[in-house]
Amino acid sequence: MEHIDFSLVDWSRAQFALTAMYHWLFVPLTLGLSFIIAFMETLYYRTGNPEWKRITKFWMTLFGINFAIGVATGIILEFEFGTNWSNYSWFVGDIFGAPLAIEGIMAFFLESTFIAVMFFGWNKVSKKFHLTSTWLVAIGSNLSALWILVANAWMQFPTGMKFNPDTARNEMVNFWDVLFSPVAINKFLHTVLSAYVLASIFVIGVSAWYLLKNREQLFAKKSIKVAAIFGLAASFLTMVSGDGSARNMAKYQPMKFAAMENLYNGQQNAPLAVMGFLQKNKYETDPKKQDFVFKIEIPNMLSYMAFLNPNAYVPGVFDLVKGNKEHHILSYKERTENGKIAITSLAAYKNARKSGNDSLAKASLTRFEENYPNFGYGYYANRDINELIPSVPTTFYSFRIMVFLGLHFMALFLVILILTNKDKIERKRFILYTALWTIPLAYIASELGWVVAEVGRQPWVIQDILPTIAAVSQIKPASVQITFWLFFILFTGLLIAEIKIMISQIKKGPAPESPEI
Amino acid sequence: MRIILKNIFRFYYEGFRSMTVGRRLWLIIILKLIVMFLILKIFFFPDFLRTKFKTDRDRSNYVIEQLTK
Repeated sequence: MEHIDFSLVDWSRAQFALTAMYHWLFVPLTLGLSFIIAFMETLYYRTGNPEWKRITKFWMTLFGINFAIGVATGIILEFEFGTNWSNYSWFVGDIFGAPLAIEGIMAFFLESTFIAVMFFGWNKVSKKFHLTSTWLVAIGSNLSALWILVANAWMQFPTGMKFNPDTARNEMVNFWDVLFSPVAINKFLHTVLSAYVLASIFVIGVSAWYLLKNREQLFAKKSIKVAAIFGLAASFLTMVSGDGSARNMAKYQPMKFAAMENLYNGQQNAPLAVMGFLQKNKYETDPKKQDFVFKIEIPNMLSYMAFLNPNAYVPGVFDLVKGNKEHHILSYKERTENGKIAITSLAAYKNARKSGNDSLAKASLTRFEENYPNFGYGYYANRDINELIPSVPTTFYSFRIMVFLGLHFMALFLVILILTNKDKIERKRFILYTALWTIPLAYIASELGWVVAEVGRQPWVIQDILPTIAAVSQIKPASVQITFWLFFILFTGLLIAEIKIMISQIKKGPAPESPEI
Repeated sequence: MRIILKNIFRFYYEGFRSMTVGRRLWLIIILKLIVMFLILKIFFFPDFLRTKFKTDRDRSNYVIEQLTK
């Protein structure tokens, strides 16, 4: 791995980031709005009030627009796996195969079948069957997300697998370990709950626009009430699951945690920097070191957040890079040496097998398996060790902006719920404008969550085992650049189409009769 | 059985016929799928290992070579 074309690695990373982020613009609204619609239709089913049917059908139309424009945008990520990340794709093939196959079957049968009943079935199937279909669409789309998120969680915390040195593939040995790993559970909950928050804000924001325009008062207030209750519950649970994610990160991805907190020197009773501004350290030899220019701290909070113990030791970036014997942390130098042994042992094993030297093959395999947990570090044996530190400012700021926006959403849900209950919401124009302008903020927060998760784990594609430099395919950087811009044009076109169709549909409004989509 | 199939056909047929905004959405979906599968996949995103090697054995040997060089 001495001759690495960094423009190839960087363009491949940029391309994947671009497509994943564009794809994620469509997904959370589908996940959350499907449940909001199911709640609304349940109210129609239980009360028989035709206003609820009208409300359900309108939001269903917007759901349909988002679903139609966003559907299959994720497939592009799979194209990229095969073309740009072929080493990685081969390396994880057997782990990803099962979750992605289940996802495909579920998406096809649950979503594709029942979505037709949901849109075409009004007055054609019984109310009960229609409601069941709507719920199945919501459950199905969320279960589809489960499998993708399980696959992503496995990359952050690889478990339940064994590497087969003959095929160069990780093979699943325990499906349940993969599915129910603590990282997978938290990632799924945190991601879908945050999607419910986004969808609730979308419904409230659009409804607020109607109230500002003095249109559809009853429709808007009823929609706001459902979304505010759902959003408030979801944002509280997002916070709880986020807390779990932070603890997982401290345990399984301590470098990401240290980067997210701009913590260079580990400490006991570590304080949490609630807010802060960073600047490059001028005196340290480490080029990545950042200093706080300003910060507001909560004493002991970081230790508590990471290990539920205010006195706990939280390792910093330097502890992880240089090692800390007192806290049993191996230095990256030691880990790169172990990784190098794993890589050379794998090569020796392959050669011994080819030449029929069984005893050497066995010894090499043993040495390889002992050092496999540090396999990926081996690629940095002759490189700058700082490449193993992710971008500290990006993770630090992304995390804080996401959290502040999350608190803003929670407060907004609470205020709106109180005002709706007091029947005063239509008079509070400032709150209505805030609700409307919170829609883009919800998307920003949602994307930033992924930035923390993915930038924070760089350079790893699979934590500690496979870095981006080893995962990338040896193709021409120019071809990656071309497809990067092609995707940029395609996705931007889709986004513009979505926004235009959405806005025209919102302007039309639900009255007098929402159209069949 | 024929009646069931006929009813399913009518269900979808009438559903598609009564669409308003859905027609535009279907057009976007079809165009998108054409661009993705008939242009991007074929011309820009061949499966690197599948196009380069014929057997899984060759693919695994190549990947190991890449990972250990």
